[in-house]
Amino acid sequence: MSFLTLSITLIFVIIPLILSKTLKLGLEKDTVIATIRSIVQLLAVGFILQFVFDSENMIYILLMLILMIGAATQNARKKGAAIKGITWKLVGTFIFIEILTQGILLGLNITPATAQYIIPISGMVIGNSMVLAILFLNRFTAEIENHQDEAELILSLGGTPKQAIHKQLITSIQASTIPTIESQKTIGLVQLPGMMSGQIIAGADPIQAVLFQLLIIFLLLTTAVVTSVMLGFLSYPTLFNERMQLLDLRNRDSK
Amino acid sequence: MSVNDQAAVRFNKVSYANDGHQILKNITGWFPKGRITTLVGPSGAGKTSLFKLCNSLTSPTSGDIYIGDKKIESYDPVELRRMVGMALQNATMIGGTVMKNLALPLELQGKELPVETAEELVKVVGLDESFLERDTRDLSGGQRQKVSIARTLVNRPEILLLDEITSALDRVSQQDIEDLIVRINQKYGTTMIWITHNLQQAFNVGDYTWVMMDGELIEAGESSILEHSKKERVQRFVKGQVE
Ligand SMILES: Nc1ncnc2c1ncn2[C@@H]1O[C@H](COP(=O)(O)OP(=O)(O)O)[C@@H](O)[C@H]1O
Ligand SMILES: [Mg+2]
Repeated sequence: MSFLTLSITLIFVIIPLILSKTLKLGLEKDTVIATIRSIVQLLAVGFILQFVFDSENMIYILLMLILMIGAATQNARKKGAAIKGITWKLVGTFIFIEILTQGILLGLNITPATAQYIIPISGMVIGNSMVLAILFLNRFTAEIENHQDEAELILSLGGTPKQAIHKQLITSIQASTIPTIESQKTIGLVQLPGMMSGQIIAGADPIQAVLFQLLIIFLLLTTAVVTSVMLGFLSYPTLFNERMQLLDLRNRDSK
Repeated sequence: MSVNDQAAVRFNKVSYANDGHQILKNITGWFPKGRITTLVGPSGAGKTSLFKLCNSLTSPTSGDIYIGDKKIESYDPVELRRMVGMALQNATMIGGTVMKNLALPLELQGKELPVETAEELVKVVGLDESFLERDTRDLSGGQRQKVSIARTLVNRPEILLLDEITSALDRVSQQDIEDLIVRINQKYGTTMIWITHNLQQAFNVGDYTWVMMDGELIEAGESSILEHSKKERVQRFVKGQVE
């Protein structure tokens, strides 16, 4: 596709603009901003990717991964502001999940060690890991606040911090990973996964595209569960002090 | 509090602040061993906060707490909390049956609660064995409080902290719990400290009484101080309650 064809596709932006204007939906400003941002951001990514692919230098791949992890951390940390050291716990989780997935993919020769594979797959893995981290942290902080009584009950009966928070931890891990697992049950029935559609449009053999999509699905299962579990087990000890006392989440929020 | 009594819990200039808010102010006093002490005072006085200090759910900002004759910090928190049991104000239950709740303290130690022990416990608190299989959500307020007390007893605590366990109950259930407190105290020699809104209860059941207001301990002594205290704040509080 050329830039000229792309400019014709702006029709698809004009349709909602006209509808918004005539029906007074008030969506014009956001639609224009969204359009400009997506053009600028994706083109920038495109040129950067082209440069990285052409240079075939591992340093640039590494740089891109660091950027992805940095951006993902920045996005997710706000949700866990009440948890001490959440930034480094997120960085640790993202690095671990990246090394785990790429280690298996490259180590077992499943995908070639080129930028063309490493970067898009890492993007999907880290992006999904970020979404999972946000889901998990949201749920976990809510569970702790809503079930503080139960945690105190268990502590007051001589339970350990881990026992006191166990139910909330498990509930949060389940709640955050279920959407990933559920969405994969219906995959392909209604909507073809974006990456697979892209490959087919670009001329790939459908079966090849499906095999590759399956690989991604399996990867994302690992990503989802490992992210929640790891973040959970890194986070819960910081909710207590060395006297096994539950610290007040709200008070630390305000600091 | 007579000189012959030993202290089960002793406070020395204990203050506690949370989030910049002074909740307990310079508390000095003690709870005698093997006796029933009631703790009265308007809500917000800091009674629950004092309890949380006693079994180390929180720590004081300054001052020292002694359990027996050792500083509270010298105990392992888990050991301490088994020794100083606490029945929470709202009788929090974990989901499931009464049996499951009674088994919780031992489950936390990786042990099982023998059915005979559970049966004995429900009887001690005045329920019958058929309650063991009941879902805790189907219990009345009084029954929940009884289960909560029985659950705390599983750890065989030397000191039992009871937080407003009768406030939400009708007169008959209140009487039941009063009898139960005396019974446990006599049967096991447990030191009881009981927060109550009801001064008549404090007067009838308690050997000793603490009166707290605005984070301060303003009067302590035999329960008759509720009638005879010379302190104006205590008198006003007692009058306000009686009317
Ligand atoms: N976690 C907390 N953070 C801040 N303030 C609290 C907290 N818990 C209780 N307080 C405040 O401390 C004071 C004493 O509360 P509490 O000990 O529950 O009193 P009581 O049990 O006598 O009603 C109240 O003013 C209450 O608002
Ligand atoms: Mg209270």
